[in-house]
Amino acid sequence: MRLLRYIAGRLVVYLLVVVFGLTVLFFVPRLGPTDPIEAMLAKVASQGAYMDASQVDRLRESLADTFGLSGTLLEQYWAFIKRILLTGDFGPSLSMYPTPVMELIMNALPWTFGLLLTSTLIAWVLGNFVGLLSGWKPEGTSSRVMEGIAICLYPIPYYILALVLSILFSYVWKIFPLTTTIRGAPWSWDLVTSILWNSFLPGASIVIVVFGWWVISVKAQTTAIKEEEFVRYARLKGLGDGRILTHYVLPNAILPQITFLALQIGLMFNGSLITEILFDYPGLGLLIYSAVLQGDFNLLMGTISLSVIAVATATMVIDLIYPLIDPRIRHR
Amino acid sequence: MRFLKFFENAPFRLYLGIALVALFVLVGVILPWFAPSDPLTWYTAPRNQNPSATYLLGTTSLGQDIFWLLTWALRNSLILGLTVAFFSTVIGVFLGLAAGYAGGWVDRVLSFLMDALLCIPTLPILILMAALFGGQLALPIIGIALALFNWPYPARQVRAVALTMREREFINVAWFSGESSVRILVRHIFPYIAGWSAANFINTVLVGISTESALAVIGLSSAQQATLGTMIYWAINYQALLAERYIWVGAPVVAIVLMFIGLFLVSSGLSMQSAARRMSV
Repeated sequence: MRLLRYIAGRLVVYLLVVVFGLTVLFFVPRLGPTDPIEAMLAKVASQGAYMDASQVDRLRESLADTFGLSGTLLEQYWAFIKRILLTGDFGPSLSMYPTPVMELIMNALPWTFGLLLTSTLIAWVLGNFVGLLSGWKPEGTSSRVMEGIAICLYPIPYYILALVLSILFSYVWKIFPLTTTIRGAPWSWDLVTSILWNSFLPGASIVIVVFGWWVISVKAQTTAIKEEEFVRYARLKGLGDGRILTHYVLPNAILPQITFLALQIGLMFNGSLITEILFDYPGLGLLIYSAVLQGDFNLLMGTISLSVIAVATATMVIDLIYPLIDPRIRHR
Repeated sequence: MRFLKFFENAPFRLYLGIALVALFVLVGVILPWFAPSDPLTWYTAPRNQNPSATYLLGTTSLGQDIFWLLTWALRNSLILGLTVAFFSTVIGVFLGLAAGYAGGWVDRVLSFLMDALLCIPTLPILILMAALFGGQLALPIIGIALALFNWPYPARQVRAVALTMREREFINVAWFSGESSVRILVRHIFPYIAGWSAANFINTVLVGISTESALAVIGLSSAQQATLGTMIYWAINYQALLAERYIWVGAPVVAIVLMFIGLFLVSSGLSMQSAARRMSV
């Protein structure tokens, strides 16, 4: 019963957060000095599409409709929120007419999530392992060297590292592809290797930065925890180092990191957007970028609304499962 | 000197970080004044020069001196980062104290606002603004937007401190001995949040510069001003990589990496030091 109430409360907050985010998105186009519709029309015209006056008028009307610019501000706002939350409908893409925006997003999302999830997991395992070992003997040479490396890696933005990796391994030493080209029939071995090969550099850029953070923070946790009474008790009991590390220190060192993950998801998402653009990786970031380049307002609004919803959802999911993993935290 | 006392037995990383950051601040603040000409203007130098005594880092294929361009880019990036950090910290500390002290519905509304803003990704919103406002954003607008999205970090922390402070004995003592609430804030509560706020300030400088650069790398930041990010964008856009002119793109990349390592060392050193001091008090 308590658990249910906790989940319900968290869901209400989540909904409010999503509505708040969409409200921000609703007002952004209205804050600008320029009329977005005219800007879009100019963009379309500058791309050499010829349209006569009646076509322009029709386009202006449909843009006003998709921007939600008909009716009073309140009506516009209500229609905007309702359309996105209840129907998930962002209209057709203007540059790839008449493919629905939602379909394009659904094609891109697995790439973004796959990239982020896989690299976060790899970084998590590696970082915990190294952080735990170096926290166990914090004064040792190898542990100091590891921490030094981690401190130098963590502050680097994802996209800078992506750029460095692509310069080193695609331009100077040409072993990885410059841009992403996925080959192979569906569900074939060729396709799998092609995906792995093309995802290697973008993934590595995320893994390296996140790895740096885990090492720093798990090391600090481990160093503190190994001075605790229960660890001394385990040692007096005659347990070996290995067992103390895996059964006593590790669980306590890992848990606080999960709250950090919840706070960092937005930043990681930001970073992965640029990484995708730099590597031509077919995820949400590239979709946003092509929407900007082609002045495709529907696609832009759709992808960005979805980014906000995705990050809010991920944060909520972590918040919800945290008490399930940490037995010390009880639902209020 | 209470201020200097803070640095007694400070961790080594704090000194290293301060030295690195000071180097970049000096380069970014003082050197731009000595630039022989506006380094943004094309063809003020011969094109595609390799590093030499006259052109320390060589020149771009547009005839710009990379060294002087870098100093200007550093200056603009620093100004942006510092402005964002200043306003986020001021707004954050103010609203955090307000939420922690007022309690009730003020606290509830402000806390919700903080949590909501924290899980909205900044970059997509900036991209949307850039796309709608003519393809590029001016630096002041980026600064305002970033400040609006970054104040919740200090605000949450300050609110938490303010909440525990309300219950502390020495605050009550100060109250009953008739000190004004402003004096209590400044004399008794501020020392508790000062160290942490300084660490957060430095961190926000980093986030501000990093987010602007991210926007710039894909060509959506201001094209009239050089920043570290726009420098990278120009280099990539004018095919510096295919032409194997790695210094052009390498200079801003190395500058960002070193400066960020410096900023991170300062901010983590500051929070280590203030945590250690709080323990010892």
